Amino acid sequence: MTTTGTLKSSSSELDLDRPNIEDYLPTGSSIQQEPHGKLRLHDLLDISPTLSEAAGAIVDDSFTRCFKSNPPEPWNWNVYLFPLWCCGVVFRYLILFPARILVLTIGWIIFLSSFIPVHFLLKGQDKLRRNIERSLVEMMCSFFVASWTGVVKYHGPRPSRRPKQVFVANHTSMIDFIILEQMTAFAVIMQKHPGWVGLLQSTILESVGCIWFNRTEAKDREIVARKLREHVQGADNNPLLIFPEGTCVNNHYTVMFKKGAFELGCTVCPVAIKYNKIFVDAFWNSRKQSFTKHLLQLMTSWAVVCDVWYLEPQNLKPGETPIEFAERVRDIISHRAGLKKVPWDGYLKYSRPSPKHRERKQQNFAESMLRRLEEK
Amino acid sequence: MGNSSSMLTQYDIEEVQKYCEDTFTQQEIVSLYSRFCQLDRKNCGFIPSDEFLSIPEFSLNPLSHSLLNMLDGLNFKEFVAFLSVFSPRATMQHKIEFIFKVYDTDCNGKVTFRDILRVLKDMTGQFMPEKQMEEILTQVLEEAGYQKDSVLVLSDFMKILGDSDLKMEVDFHVD
Repeated sequence: MTTTGTLKSSSSELDLDRPNIEDYLPTGSSIQQEPHGKLRLHDLLDISPTLSEAAGAIVDDSFTRCFKSNPPEPWNWNVYLFPLWCCGVVFRYLILFPARILVLTIGWIIFLSSFIPVHFLLKGQDKLRRNIERSLVEMMCSFFVASWTGVVKYHGPRPSRRPKQVFVANHTSMIDFIILEQMTAFAVIMQKHPGWVGLLQSTILESVGCIWFNRTEAKDREIVARKLREHVQGADNNPLLIFPEGTCVNNHYTVMFKKGAFELGCTVCPVAIKYNKIFVDAFWNSRKQSFTKHLLQLMTSWAVVCDVWYLEPQNLKPGETPIEFAERVRDIISHRAGLKKVPWDGYLKYSRPSPKHRERKQQNFAESMLRRLEEK
Repeated sequence: MGNSSSMLTQYDIEEVQKYCEDTFTQQEIVSLYSRFCQLDRKNCGFIPSDEFLSIPEFSLNPLSHSLLNMLDGLNFKEFVAFLSVFSPRATMQHKIEFIFKVYDTDCNGKVTFRDILRVLKDMTGQFMPEKQMEEILTQVLEEAGYQKDSVLVLSDFMKILGDSDLKMEVDFHVD
């Protein structure tokens, strides 16, 4: 293992980000039951275990499952309930939705009309300006939550503002951030988005100390790591919030946590978020819909119901590597929110897995071949 | 309500069942269909190899490239037929035929020394030098009564693989 102090993200260190896939996968029979006896032609030609593994992955695999939006249960196709459901649709789209748009518009007007003057007029008094901006962002997020009738239950003590701590949460949608932000103004690390979200990111959210990066830029990794270190040292900075999965997962699973948040030498405060899918699926499938469409979907549903747990802060134990620490925190969050853990790196959505794991299988096969060749 | 699997009619299912010689139940075909639609993201009627490779568990498989050649451009019926050999209801004969096809890339019904070597190379990667592999294969072939230049046909495969129980089953669970 490398020393935790270094910042360099060389390719070898990137590999450490990778999970021990073998610990999770249903191990193929090829490795499990070690065949014995002399090597025969039959053993060389029999590739059935490997074929079965491949076919199993085609039929179902744990990675795709993480990003599958679950289709809603069609409860409404029932003669008695159908008219009721129709009334609901009319109400949701013609009354609820316009009312919510109105709420959101009012929110924006109040927000912008106070944020812009504060931002430009109070240039001299940094402390006061930051306090006001902080509350304004919190208020705007409350308007957002109101615009989908967010029924959010917060459990546990509210986050405090102090140096050397970082909050990590599981990630389902960008609304995670809004829901957490309405209680406490967090500084969040997020992927830079295009469009109006990107505009908000670079103007307003910058003022609460948010840090943006581009997932695909290797250079950004280093810059973000440096910014992170600087940020956690400041006593008056907003608490840092990181979604270490690096991508939205459908709230049934957790993918690997990136270790960045766990090697800052800070206290890690886990936050678990669990959505109730009774009215709407809050998973943002960014491949299928834009964020605007996702928001509209939320705004035309009855309500967004969710639970947020602020869990007990955790520290790196002596002798623990950042990766083990990340796994331990993932355990805590998955357990609290009732999510299943899978061994995949969420970035596999954007890239192919490293051939390392295939090599391990090949090595096993080659070694067993040689071993059996010597048996007589 | 946008539930793609409901688009299969009873006739479709029966047709597919007949095509794969009743190795799958109707429920299994329905769930295979929703999987097919999930992987066929762009609705082109077949699954592009890129989509298969985006399944990490598949792309890490040593034989993924050989299988991709067989999977290329299959429509749903052929896709089900492809998977049918992994059903517990498939016969031994079918399973061995399938394995034979993995070796016989040029589909001429003959498996040569080169063909076996190619698959072995996929299976062992960089962990065995080609020279050593050739030696081992020659030795094992000779012990089994073949020569280095002999050509194996399907019946040879039946003889070699048929007497043991192949573990070639996949759980086609129903959601």
